[in-house]
Formats: sequence, C-alpha cells, structure tokens
Amino acid sequence: MDTGNTAYLLGSAALVMLMTPGLALFYGGMVRAKSVLNMMMMSIVCLGVIGLVWVVFGFSLAFGDSHGGLIGGFELAGITDPDALVGDVPVQAFAMFQLMFAVITGALVSGAVADRARFRAWTLFVAVWVVVVYIPLAHWTFAVDGAVSQRGGWLVNTVGALDFAGGVAVEVNSGASALALALVLGARRGWPREPMRPHNLPLVLLGAGLLWFGWFGFNAGSALAAGATAANAFVTTMTAASAAVVAWLVLEDRLDGRPTSLGAASAAVAGLVAITPACGYVDTWGALAIGVLAGLLCQLAIRLKYRFGYDDSLDVVAIHGIGGVIGMLMLGLVATDAVNPAGADGLFYGGGPAQLGRQALSVLVAAVWAFGMTALIAWVVSRTIGFRAAPDDEHGGIDEAEHAETAYEFSTMRTAGRGPAGRITEEGDR
Amino acid sequence: MKLVTAIVKPFVLGDVKDALEGLGVLGLTTSEVQGFGRQKGHTEVYRGAEYSVDFVPKVKVEVVVDDEQADRVVQAVVDAAHTGRIGDGKVWVVPVENVVRVRTGERGSDAL
Repeated sequence: MDTGNTAYLLGSAALVMLMTPGLALFYGGMVRAKSVLNMMMMSIVCLGVIGLVWVVFGFSLAFGDSHGGLIGGFELAGITDPDALVGDVPVQAFAMFQLMFAVITGALVSGAVADRARFRAWTLFVAVWVVVVYIPLAHWTFAVDGAVSQRGGWLVNTVGALDFAGGVAVEVNSGASALALALVLGARRGWPREPMRPHNLPLVLLGAGLLWFGWFGFNAGSALAAGATAANAFVTTMTAASAAVVAWLVLEDRLDGRPTSLGAASAAVAGLVAITPACGYVDTWGALAIGVLAGLLCQLAIRLKYRFGYDDSLDVVAIHGIGGVIGMLMLGLVATDAVNPAGADGLFYGGGPAQLGRQALSVLVAAVWAFGMTALIAWVVSRTIGFRAAPDDEHGGIDEAEHAETAYEFSTMRTAGRGPAGRITEEGDR
Repeated sequence: MKLVTAIVKPFVLGDVKDALEGLGVLGLTTSEVQGFGRQKGHTEVYRGAEYSVDFVPKVKVEVVVDDEQADRVVQAVVDAAHTGRIGDGKVWVVPVENVVRVRTGERGSDAL
C-alpha cells in the first residue's frame, strides 16, 4: 500500500462529497422561494439512500467480478476487507471515492423535476435508479479488468472507450435520465407562461463555486495516484472551466445584451462537465477547445427546451447531457497518449477515426440505457405511489406540503400562540 | 382637512420627508408599494429566457393636513420628488371628513 496515494484518494473523496451540498445550493438558488428546501433535500437524501445502497451491495455490483461484462457480483458486499487493494490503495478508499460519484449523479438528475416531485416518490425512485441505471453504467465504463476484480465492464474493456472521470456514467447518464424524468412527470403548472425566475442567485454562485472546488477531487482524484496524470487532469479541468466561462459570457453578451451571473455559474459547470471524461487524456490545448465548445453549445442547447416544449427545470439535459456528449466525442478528436500512456491518440493526433467511433458508441449505449430504464422506473412510481405533487401543493409551495417547513419568513403579519399539547398555532395571514 | 397621497420613487423619500417637516407637517405614513405607470416595468434575462417585470417598486406617502395647507404640501412633495425622468410618480388630494386621535379622543384639526 502507498500511503501517499491513499491520503490523496481519501482527500479527493472528501472533496467530491462536498459537491453534493454544493449542488444543493446551486439547484436550490435556481428554484422559487417556496420550493428551495425540497430542491435541496432531493440532493441531500441521495447522501443517505445512495450511500447506504453503495456500502451494502452497490459497490460490489459495480466493481465485483463481472458477469459477461454487464454487472458485478456480491463478493465485495459490505466493503469489509481493510487489507484489499486496488493498485496500491485500499479498496475501501476507492469504494468511498466511487460512492461520492454515485451520490452526486443521482442528485444531478433531480434538477429536471424541480418544484413538482413528491419527496417520498423521489426517494424511492433514486434508490431503484442507482441500482438499475447507475451501477450497470459504472460497471460498463469504470470497472477495468484486473483493477478490483478479475474481469470488468464491456465498454471499457471490449469496446475500448475512453472515459477518465465519468462522462458516460455520470454526465451522459444524468442528462438522459433527466430528460426521461421530465417527460414522464410533465411540465410544472404554468410553465412556460408564468415567470419562474431563480430566487437567490448568490446561492447559485456559492454552489457553483463549491462544485468547481470539489471537481478537482472528482477529476484529478480519478488518477487514483498523486502523480503526473493527476496534475495533468487538474490543469485541464481548470483550463476547460475557465474557457467555458469566457466563451459563455461572450456569447450571452452578443445574444442577450448582458453577461449574467447565472450564465457564469452555468458556464463553469458546463466546462467542468465536458472536460470530465477527457481530463486525463488531453493536453491543455485540447482542454481549451473542449471548454470553449461547452460554453457555446450548452448555452445554445438550453434555448432548445422552449422550442421542444419539455420542462427540464434546471437544464440538466443541456448542461450535463450535451456537455458530457461534447467531452466524450472530443476525446475521439483531441486525445493524445503523450499525456497518458493508458490513453489513445484521437483523430487530430494521428489516431484515425476508430476512437471517435468507440466514444460515440458508448455515448449512444449510455443514453439509450439511462433514458429507457429511467422512464420505466419513473412510470412505475407514477402509477403506483404517485410521483407528481397535488396541484394545490405545487401552487402553494412544495416545501410546506412535503416537509412542513418553509425557507423564509416573508410576512411579519402573523401571530403565534402555544396550542394544546405544546404545539405552536399560528393565525393571521392565512 | 385633506388627505394628500403621493406615489414617488423610493430614493426621494428622505427629501420629501424633509420638505414636509419644513412646512410644519407633524406626521406622515409611508408604505412600500409596487405598480406601474405609462413606462411599465423592466426585463430580466435568465439563461436566455426573458421575464418582463411589470411592477416597479415605489413608496407611498400619506399625510392628512388642514385645507389651507394642502396646496403647499402638494407643491413641496412635487418639488422634492421631481427628477424629470420617467416614473417620477403621482400626487393626489381627497377630502377627509374627520380625524380622531386614539390616545386622547380629540377630533378634527386638533387631532392632526
């Protein structure tokens, strides 16, 4: 065991953990004041539910010995062996690092159903979804032969697709799942006629900042060793996010007349998404190109939802789905094994078109699997316990209806008194 | 007695208050209100989606004064609130039949 690499991986896992409350702030600021707590809770509950599934049997299914390249087994259930190693780091450290990936991916999907999902239904959905959708995709793309177990997933081993830190399992997956969920649940009542502007942009910027910070653990940590590949991933991650911010703001200024704070926050995330699969396989110039493309194309993609009429509330499809596709496909063009011998050369570096084909195939497989399975799970949840909030609850605010809490005290015109059995009763503005 | 009601831009409130105190007005009531006149509101843009915000924030100032003071009060408010730009607001005057001071029970002009 290498203690330096282990320390690095544990630190990276902790950084990635911070992304989930960061995402809760990012998403929470973007919804209306009456549903901010529900929005944040949909992220926070993923730490509980997905964390539990992962430890008990999820990690084992994703990284245990493969059955036909499709799914792992149960031999690592409980992650109980402190002496087992992946390379030169403990399996337990690797399992916690991967746990944070599973949690943030589930939380990402919730952006599609802001303001209108019943909390119990969301919790059930995400518990099933992580097993049916996330774990197979993680196995197909992250489980390298001989790393944790004898045999790993088919996309990475048989097809040979490159995906350094989760372009398929995290980004394309969350984008396609979000689209399916938005279509099954339907648009928010009043959308797009009524204004549904973000209620707190400083929260959005704070969340985006925490995401950016945590993303260094996500991307550079995926090297699983404190070395040159990790440093390269750090450089490319920073480069792509910076380029995306500048490109997004320039385009926004041209199209709308003003550079906006929501644009800057969205741009940073779009750039980070797009570089995620590529960060360990491209050099700085490739990262710069990926960042610029993400800043331009993700922004243009957002404008399409009004044309197609689906209510992906917080633009998970445009930012994570399209951003993930950009990163995966650009790998086929600008990957270079000069930065990482484990990678390949893309078309622009003399590698021919084959790698681009491998990348496109893995995007297609992930999108179809995630979209189809998510639609199925969401449909079953809708038809059994009900997924959509009641019209009155959606109108009055899902925070109060689902959680018996409200985020802000707007009116001072209330009187409260202690009622029977120690309950506080309120009178006044209702 | 007359009730003078003024809807003005929020940032002129201090000047309006000073002008009224200069005339010997002893009390006034303000409230934050929203509305629009001919200029309408403004436009905000979120990820390319435009929201037109129809209601702009204003301050409402209400003061009850004696009949002979009303014209001077109106003029003082207009002078203090005037910027010459769009959205400066409106002032109007309506008659008041009676006023009662809650603490003492005084009525009419004595209660002002």
